Amino acid sequence: MATAAIEIENLTKDYPFGFLHLKKRTSLEGLTMSVEDGEVFGFLGPNGAGKSTTIKLLVGLIFPTAGTARILGKSISDISMHADIGYLPEQPYFYDYLTAAELLDYFARFHDLSAQERKARVDRMLKKVGLETARKIQLRKYSKGMLQRVGLAQAILHDPKVVILDEPMSGLDPVGRREVRDIILELKQAGKTVLFSTHILSDAEMLCDRVGVIVGGKLRGVGAPDEIVGLKAEAMEILFEYAGAANGLGGLLSKVTQTGTRYRTQVAEADLYATVQQLCGVRAKILSVTQVKATLEEYFMHLVEGDRAQATAVEVSGK
Amino acid sequence: MRRVGIVALNTFREAVRDRVLYNLVFFALVMIAASILVGQVSIGIEEMVIVTLGLSAISVIGLLIAVFIGVGLVSKEMDKRTLYALLAKPVHRWEFLLGKFGGLVLTLTVNTIAMAIGLFLALSLIKQSGEHVQGSVLVAVYFILLKLALVVALALLFSCFTTPLLSILYTAGLYIAGLFVMEMRTFQSDTMSLAMRSLLRWLSYLLPNFENFDVMAAAAHGRAIPTALIAQNTAYAALYCAVVLAAAAAIFTRRNLK
Repeated sequence: MATAAIEIENLTKDYPFGFLHLKKRTSLEGLTMSVEDGEVFGFLGPNGAGKSTTIKLLVGLIFPTAGTARILGKSISDISMHADIGYLPEQPYFYDYLTAAELLDYFARFHDLSAQERKARVDRMLKKVGLETARKIQLRKYSKGMLQRVGLAQAILHDPKVVILDEPMSGLDPVGRREVRDIILELKQAGKTVLFSTHILSDAEMLCDRVGVIVGGKLRGVGAPDEIVGLKAEAMEILFEYAGAANGLGGLLSKVTQTGTRYRTQVAEADLYATVQQLCGVRAKILSVTQVKATLEEYFMHLVEGDRAQATAVEVSGK
Repeated sequence: MRRVGIVALNTFREAVRDRVLYNLVFFALVMIAASILVGQVSIGIEEMVIVTLGLSAISVIGLLIAVFIGVGLVSKEMDKRTLYALLAKPVHRWEFLLGKFGGLVLTLTVNTIAMAIGLFLALSLIKQSGEHVQGSVLVAVYFILLKLALVVALALLFSCFTTPLLSILYTAGLYIAGLFVMEMRTFQSDTMSLAMRSLLRWLSYLLPNFENFDVMAAAAHGRAIPTALIAQNTAYAALYCAVVLAAAAAIFTRRNLK
């Protein structure tokens, strides 16, 4: 049986507010879950759901009101545990008077690495995140996406056993997102445990062994992505080209949207094959057939329908 | 302590790259202008004027750096969230604090030494100073440095729990109050109640005593500064800094970051 790399038990975080701090807002409520060794775990939830709060609790940036957590068997209050974890903050920002190479070297110094080893690792990491050519540029001149890459590099610089990434795809262009996905997959292949938060379902579906969905500070489910957020196809969308007269489409005409010679239509899954046959019959060229799924936002809304009042409270208290 | 040193050196590097040491140019200009002017307007007291002016400039410039950079040592890192990635490394929060303190004190030391060299150069331009004057000026510079370390510790403490603006006000307020502790201690008034006198007396012991660090007049007149005072001020500054930094660490260690 796999051992848990991260164990969280009844973790709760309240934030006091008001003039005398007598009132409290619960950001995380009784979170109990675990992430197995070598697993890629996705933490899903809308903004303000408690994802970042959980991650900040795990890396010791904030302290729990109640509950405990252990990483690799050590309490999160034990600073020695930090030698084995890598952390990418949400929307990271670093010392902007340093260059990327200097920043990585600075962070590497906290891990008892020799000067030679530090240099080798810094070079390797900069290459991995595609910043070799920008290594001597001060971070104040970096774009948001470049800072995200530096953040990722510093998180895995010391070859940690557990990597915790807060919204790692945020601010990245499609190429950058793909590179981050590749890095996460590489980490998985290397046997690392990865916990990352996201509100983008496709990232979680593509990368995660398991996901946990958190809404309103409460964990709503943990399991394989298909089980937890496997959204049923609502319809099938067909994109096709048709050069003939529009009335040649017959009964389909009322259901299509035309852009030049291209047409788009949505049909029920059961009617897919009949429709495709009909289109082939009129010599239409089918370009693509895709599933139409509900968005993750719709899924989250479905989750909070039962306690809409709480959802509203979360929205109001959202950062 | 190795990790404290890493943070300290980075803090020093930040100060250098943010051009904090550019103030030295201003100081150099003041000293050059003073050397030229003093020779023309004062007769026989050039040395005293230069020493007073130089030490005042060293003190004021140092205080401005200590307060304005000191209050941002922690709060700036929290606002910009630059310390998030750092605190996820195997580094204790108190090590981070001590490193920030050490880094700014190192910056101030380099700055003060450079200004002191400028002051001695200015003195050498006027005339050949006696050894007793140079010795007193050196001690006065050392006391300024001790005073600045104390101010940095106070600014760092406030930086841990309040806004930069309030930190400036609190630090400046304590500094000004600290210049009058002896008056507070000896102040007696018939209209004052016993409780008030007692309170003032206690306050005078609690507040940082900055008066003791001021030996500018003695240095300007070339009077020797007692060794006992040097030892006493060194011990006082070290102890007071330790207590203030311990308080800062106690607050910062429990602080939830945003």
